[in-house]
Amino acid sequence: MKTLLHRIVLILTVILIAAAAGGAPVVATVDQVQPKVVKVYGAGGVQGMANYQSGIVISATGHVLTTFSHVLDTDYIDVVLSDGRKFSAKLLGADPRLEVAVLKIDATGLPWFDLAKATDAEAGTRILCFSNIFSVAMGDEQASVQRGTVAVRTRLEARRGVFETPYRGPVYVLDVTTNNPGAAGGALVSFRGELLGVLGKELRNSLNNTWLNYAVPISELRESVEEILAGKFVARRDAPEKKPERPLNLAALGIVLVPDMLERTPPYVDRVQPASVAAKAGMQPDDLILLCGDRLTQSCKALQAELQGLDYEDPVKLTVLRGQQLIEFTLQSVGPATSKKGQP
Amino acid sequence: MRRRLIVIAVSLLLLAAGAVQAFAEPSKAVLEAESQRIAAMRKAKDAVLAIFVPSGQGGGSGVVISPDGYALTNFHVAQPCGKYMQCGMADGKAYDAVLVGLDPTGDVALIKLFGRDDFPTAELGDSDRLRVGDWVFAMGNPFLLANDFQPTTTYGIVSGVHRYQPPSGTLLEYADCIQTDAPVNPGNSGGPLFDDQGRLVGINGRCSFEKRGRVNVGVAYAISINQLKNFLGVLHSGRVVDHATLGATVDRDAEGRVVVNDILESSDAYRRGLRYDDEIIAFAGRPIASSNALKNMLGVFPKGWRVPLSYRHEGKRHDVLVRLAGVHAQEELLQKSGGTEPPKPKEDPKRKPAAKPKGKGKAGRTEPQETAAPEIVVKNFQAKHGYANYRFNTLNQRRVWDAWQATAKLAEAGGAWTLAGSLGTGGKFRFLLDEQGGALKVPSGEIKWTAGDELGASLLPAHSGGLLPALYLWRRLATTGLGRFGDVSYYGTAPLPGRAALADVLVGSHKGVECWFYFDPADGRMLALEMFADEGADPCEVYFSEYREVNGRAAPGRMEVRCGDETFATFKIEEFKAEKPEGRGK
Repeated sequence: MKTLLHRIVLILTVILIAAAAGGAPVVATVDQVQPKVVKVYGAGGVQGMANYQSGIVISATGHVLTTFSHVLDTDYIDVVLSDGRKFSAKLLGADPRLEVAVLKIDATGLPWFDLAKATDAEAGTRILCFSNIFSVAMGDEQASVQRGTVAVRTRLEARRGVFETPYRGPVYVLDVTTNNPGAAGGALVSFRGELLGVLGKELRNSLNNTWLNYAVPISELRESVEEILAGKFVARRDAPEKKPERPLNLAALGIVLVPDMLERTPPYVDRVQPASVAAKAGMQPDDLILLCGDRLTQSCKALQAELQGLDYEDPVKLTVLRGQQLIEFTLQSVGPATSKKGQP
Repeated sequence: MRRRLIVIAVSLLLLAAGAVQAFAEPSKAVLEAESQRIAAMRKAKDAVLAIFVPSGQGGGSGVVISPDGYALTNFHVAQPCGKYMQCGMADGKAYDAVLVGLDPTGDVALIKLFGRDDFPTAELGDSDRLRVGDWVFAMGNPFLLANDFQPTTTYGIVSGVHRYQPPSGTLLEYADCIQTDAPVNPGNSGGPLFDDQGRLVGINGRCSFEKRGRVNVGVAYAISINQLKNFLGVLHSGRVVDHATLGATVDRDAEGRVVVNDILESSDAYRRGLRYDDEIIAFAGRPIASSNALKNMLGVFPKGWRVPLSYRHEGKRHDVLVRLAGVHAQEELLQKSGGTEPPKPKEDPKRKPAAKPKGKGKAGRTEPQETAAPEIVVKNFQAKHGYANYRFNTLNQRRVWDAWQATAKLAEAGGAWTLAGSLGTGGKFRFLLDEQGGALKVPSGEIKWTAGDELGASLLPAHSGGLLPALYLWRRLATTGLGRFGDVSYYGTAPLPGRAALADVLVGSHKGVECWFYFDPADGRMLALEMFADEGADPCEVYFSEYREVNGRAAPGRMEVRCGDETFATFKIEEFKAEKPEGRGK
């Protein structure tokens, strides 16, 4: 009885303190969140495409959650921690459907966000956004902080010309202009510093030239991140353990990729052979092949290597990006691969 | 015990119920925060200006900082106005204002309003105390909405501090600035950023714009009030003022140290021993961990100031004062900033004059009518090459000189001057100064110096940097006055070693040398003088202190002379005689 009373007193005291601290100082939250936010630098810097974005640390051992974008389309990704330390990062894996990627840096003892503890927010929740917006924070400077409110939690109504994006899931729409160059991958937190979501990319409605400021709830991303950490959506690093006798190749599917000119030429479809498996399935020139099965295919070479690991009789699932739409094709080669030359 | 616990539990329950109730209706804390916000905004708004270009095209914002009407705005707001502008205030009235000083590199202008001697003013805050997440609000005239002169208020937080926004070319550099998400839009330029207590912490002037057009996208920058505090004195001089450079550039080396990767041998930093590959530890009291940090700190100082620098050379730390050179050559700055002549108002071909003056007929008048400046502006504006408004330079020259002479009373002492006493190292000394030159008698002998056509030709005594010519110029400024000394101008305010407050500075040139005279703004006394015989050499520095009254005059009791890194001598002045000129024929 005595302990129960003690407990009640304790709980009520805590409630009252929490109520009194209703307007908890933003400065304290900023200090608490800032060490878990990073700046990411990679590919870009041409044609108005930023070569920087944001990320959040999700493990003490250097896992960084960020947005899957052109910035990661390079072997040279840098991550700058809030204390100014700079690390080379590896792309561990990415899920193009959610535009989420996980990087790994060689660091330990980092302050981090536990995705398992991330919460959900209702419309009206006051929020803070931490991001590398416009790359304002140069050198060792810390990320920019903005404040606002969750306007609504809804599904992203994306269609052709209107907020075109591969992601069509639930989002927090924000009442503050967060989604500027560099903001993608930044942290959306409550005024208490609880992680709510990850800031999305710049998103424009080309019909009326309005821009949407949104973040993807952590609850939507959690599973994907876990899968990436478990080895799914990861680019193949090693040669397949045993090569099939008759490995699959692009010719067997009727796909001709763009000429492989670069260290990492993105696997865009250049042509689809008439009446081929790919043509029948509906693949088109300019489709960008993002995934082969669950493997990330960031280059023509990576895609070819992936197919090499499959027997020509195996059905293969290709996930492609057409415009801003993700489409999945399952292709089944009809006969042994005839081309001995392979694809360019 | 148990009963007591029950009582506590019940009372807490009641309180908790109250707290829950408070969430339904705004809690006391929320209401208090709201009242405080309203009070801060109410306090702040009266000093805010809606600035309009007299030709009616364009404008911006500003903020009054002194009861006699001095106000801050952006260079890019003031420049299109030319020499004067109209300023609307929250009292609903429009006041005429004249341009005073321009800082094109820092994007700042000082203007002065007329019509009151009790203008509401903004309380100056301390921008170095701002922290990311602090609440701030901007006030001003976005999109020139304020037809009734009531400022628009936008609210937000500090998004970043000590930000560096590079210049376009060499102008409009935002160093060590404040980043805020309080919406700042075209027209807000030059207006104030206040902290949650309604204290002025910055001047809004820049935004990150990109593909969404010229509207706020959540990223705006304000010039810090602490930078402006450094510049206020020099802006009062009516000059087009310049920013500072160290004469050395830095980079981070492989070990993460900030090291000198280039240095000008003619720079003061070089003379103070800074060399290639030395590590910069601190500048102006702030640790330097990146080249950006140094750029940030350099950007907040005017040309000509001496600022503490700490560096490591061959493993040994050195703490020195370094004199900062200008970013621009004077003519380059004037040319880049559009000269000192106000631009002619541009005529908008689409815009018809709202009302035509009666009796002028319909004959097509294609030339835009030059808006005639109000009389008060005409009286308070003086054009001169190199100046935004020379009038304010002459006013300050006179102010400083008059305050000095009020206690020094040397203007009439056109005869010989004698300073005598004992040397800090022992032994007696005697200076004799007159119109022809000067002499110094010390135990080891007498040094005589005659003023020739080039004062810098003979810098006696040796190793002093030219103490006799320096004291000759001191006497000359006192006895000839401002008009006949040579070229004299008011520099503004600058720091002196060992003094927290800034000093007023008059700069005089005579016979090939330049002399900086430092005065205490509080009592008018001369604190120091520095004589530069050669731009690339260390000046002779003379520091006056221990003032006492001698024959009704405030006379220095101590004089310390330094050159470069060495103290040349200290003189304890026991006798100070400044005679009236002999005879009537002077």
